Amino acid sequence: MTIMDMAVCIRGIGAWFLSLLKELGHMFIFLLNAVYMIFRPPFKFNMLMKQIRFLGSKSMVVILLTGSFTGMVLSLQIYYTLRKVGSEAMLGPAVALSIIRELGPVLSALMVTGRAGSALTAEIGIMRITEQIDALTSMALNPIRYLISPNIVAALIAFPLLTAIFDLIGIYGGYLVGVKLLGLSSGTYFSQMESFVNMEDIRVGLYKSLSFGVIVSWVCCYKGYFTGYGAEGVSKSTTSAVVLSSVLILIWDYFLGSILI
Amino acid sequence: MIKLVNIRKAFKGQKVLNGLNLNIGNKELVAIVGQSGSGKSVLLKHLIGIIKPDKGRILIEGIDMTAAKGRDLDEIRGRFGVVFQEGALFDSLTVYENIGFPLREKTKLHKDEIRERVWHALEDVGLKEMGNKYPAEISGGMKRRVALARALITEPAIVLFDEPTTGLDPIISSSIHRLIMNTHKKYGFTGVIISHEIPEIFDVADKVAMLYNGTIIEFGTPEEFRNSVNSYVRQFITGSLEGPIEII
Repeated sequence: MTIMDMAVCIRGIGAWFLSLLKELGHMFIFLLNAVYMIFRPPFKFNMLMKQIRFLGSKSMVVILLTGSFTGMVLSLQIYYTLRKVGSEAMLGPAVALSIIRELGPVLSALMVTGRAGSALTAEIGIMRITEQIDALTSMALNPIRYLISPNIVAALIAFPLLTAIFDLIGIYGGYLVGVKLLGLSSGTYFSQMESFVNMEDIRVGLYKSLSFGVIVSWVCCYKGYFTGYGAEGVSKSTTSAVVLSSVLILIWDYFLGSILI
Repeated sequence: MIKLVNIRKAFKGQKVLNGLNLNIGNKELVAIVGQSGSGKSVLLKHLIGIIKPDKGRILIEGIDMTAAKGRDLDEIRGRFGVVFQEGALFDSLTVYENIGFPLREKTKLHKDEIRERVWHALEDVGLKEMGNKYPAEISGGMKRRVALARALITEPAIVLFDEPTTGLDPIISSSIHRLIMNTHKKYGFTGVIISHEIPEIFDVADKVAMLYNGTIIEFGTPEEFRNSVNSYVRQFITGSLEGPIEII
């Protein structure tokens, strides 16, 4: 490789890094703007309720399904491992801690991203390409206040609640497999859980779900708001919103997990 | 009323508006014509502040819109009503809710008053029976009429029309043109119509301006426009393939 080739390569990396930095700055300003608009009246209470329903209650079925099966499969696998070391009694706390601290917040966030986040990007994207966002602007109404801020608040409310439901149903799923199927006593499952799971674990799950709520609503709204032209633009934005949200959830989960452990 | 002074705008180095000047008088209905892709819609978006010019000034009733920000800009925008190309109606709202939306969000009118004004607006555009329908349930022509009703509901001083008849059949187009003329007569707004409907637009507008290469190359009454000796205007009016206009 000649010096010229290296220079071209370094310039390419530099240009990529600068554009990434620019995009991140743009995204961050968008978030700050949306957060600022949350506190500026008039408050869009009806819009907030609508979005809580959209992000929250309409995601219930998928959360109930994934929560119950996650708890069940977790119970099955952990029981199998614990039996090898003769510690089956620890099944309850193992299932509960895995779900409350990790799987509950992460999986429910990923599920909501797939179900509601993608729809959010597509909806805002279509509003952009059909000039509905321009129509709001032309009426001297701030589109960020109307479309973005209510989604961020709705996600902050809906994500922890969905995570709590995921946790509950997951623990119950684990109970069904561990107690009803594999024969562990019900008392052992719950009493050990009571001894090992404390408020700190629940708080970790809560912090994670709150931050995932911000990530999903922020990324999905941003991608929709600045979508490309036509159907292809919306389709690309939707895919990129789901991919970026999911990757950020997993990366942020690791960093938050290492801070809060 | 509206004064555009030396407006310049380029996207990724490509010049779209190149030193454009235009004066639109109070209560005039001015049509801006030009080829597809000549920058007519970009010009309209400059007028409502959705796009900012790289250079130049836009004066609305003497106030410099390009320098306005925040509440000042909102105050200027409050004087506008806009009819977008495909109507830009909110999908999740009914026709009734769409028309009442600016009143509900921008005024403190009682809902009975809003209801009365919306029904009146629906009557104006001949869609009294369609109030409960959603935009997806009505035709393209009806959408434009709803968009017009929504634009007029706040009784704005200036109404902008972005190709209000594109994609409609000639009869519906004529009905939309007649509606624009009737509402203009009734409400007395200053209007800017972006169009390439030649010669129909000559019967609607008080004045016609032609946009070419980022500037206004001809501006006058429909009669003056028809009799123009400008070879670009002549080619555009006749729709001839032969002439100085570069086909994009």
